[in-house]
Amino acid sequence: MSKLKLITKGLVKDNPTFVLLLGMCPTLATTTSAINGLSMGLATLFVLVLSNMAISAIDPVVPDKVHIPVYIVVIATFVTLLQFLMQAYTPDIYATLGLFIPLIVVNCIVLGRAEAFANKNSVLDSALDGLGVGLGFTVSLTVLGLVRELLGSLSLFGWKIPGTGDGMLAFVMAPGAFLCLGYLMVLFNKYIAKK
Amino acid sequence: MEILLIIVSAIFVNNIVLAQFLGICPYLGVSNKLSTASGMSLAVCFVITLSTLVTYLLNKYLLVRFGLEFLQTIAFILVIAALVQMVEIVLKKVSPSLYQALGIFLPLITTNCAVLGVAINVVTKEFTFGLPSHMLGLGEAVLYAFATSLGYGLAMVIFAGLREHLSLCEVPKPFRGVPIALVTVGILAMAFMGFSGIA
Repeated sequence: MSKLKLITKGLVKDNPTFVLLLGMCPTLATTTSAINGLSMGLATLFVLVLSNMAISAIDPVVPDKVHIPVYIVVIATFVTLLQFLMQAYTPDIYATLGLFIPLIVVNCIVLGRAEAFANKNSVLDSALDGLGVGLGFTVSLTVLGLVRELLGSLSLFGWKIPGTGDGMLAFVMAPGAFLCLGYLMVLFNKYIAKK
Repeated sequence: MEILLIIVSAIFVNNIVLAQFLGICPYLGVSNKLSTASGMSLAVCFVITLSTLVTYLLNKYLLVRFGLEFLQTIAFILVIAALVQMVEIVLKKVSPSLYQALGIFLPLITTNCAVLGVAINVVTKEFTFGLPSHMLGLGEAVLYAFATSLGYGLAMVIFAGLREHLSLCEVPKPFRGVPIALVTVGILAMAFMGFSGIA
């Protein structure tokens, strides 16, 4: 597979949110606004790229029997690193995303890529694969956040549309997350992933 | 009174799936049939309660005492993975019938974010439950974890029941599979929003 394809396949063909249905919890919980969705996507991208690279580098020396625990510890290490970085440089976003930053450890996308790609491919390819899947995840989260923010609070990336009132609160809360993702998936199935 | 508040709040008001978005993957994955859904709920209930007990003690007497709180994420996920493995081994010996019933759901619980989520929440967040906000004591923490997992079971069983009926309906093609399930959960979550304000 060409290097470019590794990066672009996560956007549509292997989109982690709309096609593979992985990492649903952060997708639904953190997309109350476009900015939050974007930040969560980038945080996951960071962990994905680094853990993919590390796992692909150490895999030859990891005994097969214990490879899952080893992968989880590697991923948890990078998540802890990310927690430190975010606490230091972006404390506001860290506070908003809260619990879902440590929960990247159990995000099935990260372990899934480690198991399906990183342990069979070179360090560079694994990094690109992490970048591609992470970008797909980031785009999906940003789109979902954008739609929910627009319907729920009538604003775009924190910019309130002038002359408008309050949005439909339900879209910022739990029911809106499920409904929006459901309908976006329908649109995705019908128009983008045409077979 | 406080105990009642913890239970009602954890099961209905802050339902772990429908209000906190934890454990969605297995929620969508194994809710096709009522029998598998209840099996999964049972296993999750068991693991959440037990792992919260262990991680709470680990956090209080090891991590906090030696100033190692930053190791929480790593330590907790290891405890949960080990615990799930242990529960599997013990169940296999003690109650083979239950072990058979739970099947592959047991090992899958390690990556259920509801388990890690509750474990982290309990030791980092302040709760109120009708009192001034405070960190949970051991008894409260375990009760909260147990009630939360009951909420998980409730949401799971209701949804599985809905899906069993849904499978008999004619659904438009682009909606088939997960999209219609998500829309259904959305409506279910809206119903659960009615509980907010009770506790």
